[in-house]
Amino acid sequence: MNIVFAIAGVVIKELYRRKDFYVLFVMTAVITLAMGSVRFFNDPKIALYLKDLCLLLIWISALVIAIATTARQIPAEREARTIFPLLAKPVTRWQVILGKFLGCWAACGIALVVFYLFFGLVSASREQAWHATIFLQGMWLQWSMLAIVIALCLLGSVVFAAPSSNATICFVIVGGILVLGRHLHKLAMQQPEPLGSIVTTIYFLIPHLEWFDVKDFIVYNNDSLRFADCALASLYAGFYTTFLLVATWIVFRRKPLNT
Amino acid sequence: MNTIIETRNLTVEYKAQSRGQPKKRALKGLNLKVHQGEVFGFLGPNGAGKTTTMNVLLGFVNPTAGDAFLFEVNVREPIARQRIGYLPELTYYYKFLTAEELLRFYAKVFRIPRAEADRRIDALLKLVELEHARKRPIKTYSKGMQQRVGLAQALINNPDLLILDEPTSGLDPLGRMKVREIIQRLKNEGRTVLFSSHELGEVETVCDRVAIINEGELKVEGSVSALVEQHNTNLEQVFLKIVGYQPQEAA
Repeated sequence: MNIVFAIAGVVIKELYRRKDFYVLFVMTAVITLAMGSVRFFNDPKIALYLKDLCLLLIWISALVIAIATTARQIPAEREARTIFPLLAKPVTRWQVILGKFLGCWAACGIALVVFYLFFGLVSASREQAWHATIFLQGMWLQWSMLAIVIALCLLGSVVFAAPSSNATICFVIVGGILVLGRHLHKLAMQQPEPLGSIVTTIYFLIPHLEWFDVKDFIVYNNDSLRFADCALASLYAGFYTTFLLVATWIVFRRKPLNT
Repeated sequence: MNTIIETRNLTVEYKAQSRGQPKKRALKGLNLKVHQGEVFGFLGPNGAGKTTTMNVLLGFVNPTAGDAFLFEVNVREPIARQRIGYLPELTYYYKFLTAEELLRFYAKVFRIPRAEADRRIDALLKLVELEHARKRPIKTYSKGMQQRVGLAQALINNPDLLILDEPTSGLDPLGRMKVREIIQRLKNEGRTVLFSSHELGEVETVCDRVAIINEGELKVEGSVSALVEQHNTNLEQVFLKIVGYQPQEAA
């Protein structure tokens, strides 16, 4: 695992030496603070709207960081030719894939901790209360969901040569699943055959990223989730992540790399 | 004498660029042996198959047929690359890292203990004269400095075999001299060096033996002195003759 951690370390260093994360964090902070400083019609529920907005921005920012960071990993290694000195060492392609995944996932985890700390501060300043358990559960579930997104994007990065096309496709797929995923089976019932069966199959095949979205619980409920549910969701994320990483390795291991 | 590099009937075919075109045969049954302690020059015109051979040895490309071995281990096994150092022709490294961080990263890849890694990093940065710039990001380095950091990373594991692809391209005369000194030092330590170069004068100075390939086939293999003596001319003329260069008559 030494090699995997070493590769992951380089990915994390790259993230904090680039500007993406800082820009997104400052943008989230500024928008949230600006919205928080305004009194809308003396509405007592303003704190809820503020939390909702802040969480939405965190979700968008985390997805941007995850996809933008992951999409460029393998193509950038190939374009900058850094992959060659690396693979000329006793490093397998599986270790490269795993290292890149761990690095991107850990980098997203660090970003999430910073975002959620800020969210906690904003929330506590408005409600004079900390709902630490549901915050931690929400963060954990979002991080688990990001594992699937990163693995999907990594698979895209060994299939598509251009990081921009990979990132765009990943955004469309992830956005599509988050918005439409839960409605696919209803849609399937309204379709004639064989389209109905195809949509139903897609419904059961895709990773349901929307299941990890507990924003409403955090904002409006504050009750913590059952730990068994969190564990099941984590297993679900683990299954899809493993499947996608193995698929990435299968594609990448036979790919000729010409200097 | 131990065989460090061996290729047996090595053949590599690349897929056709477009439909209807035949596959491109980059290597056609290449048989080659490099022995321990040799400085071996690998020569050929552009497109001859030198880089493809190196790509197979380094595991970047799988052979279509035949096999290649490093230290008698098939190159398909990653462990075959445990004792080699590789310097690519165009050196590009993680530009957001400093030279020290880059070397530490590669030391971790080789599982070199921290204290030993510190010692080697200091020694290598001194060897390639980059001590003053060790804390600076690589993106601020000149081309020559990047080539030198490349050489340092190739030596981090104290390799028994060094594979250098055009190691002096883009270097000034002082940089070239430095690379030559390092190759000579490695040779004196009993290490094996395989390097490709178009600088035939340099090859003649540094190498014990050379192989000349053209169109994926081995044309000649032997000691530099024997080839020069046999053809009664310098290595450059030998090379041109073997690859079939026909000088145009002056009009």
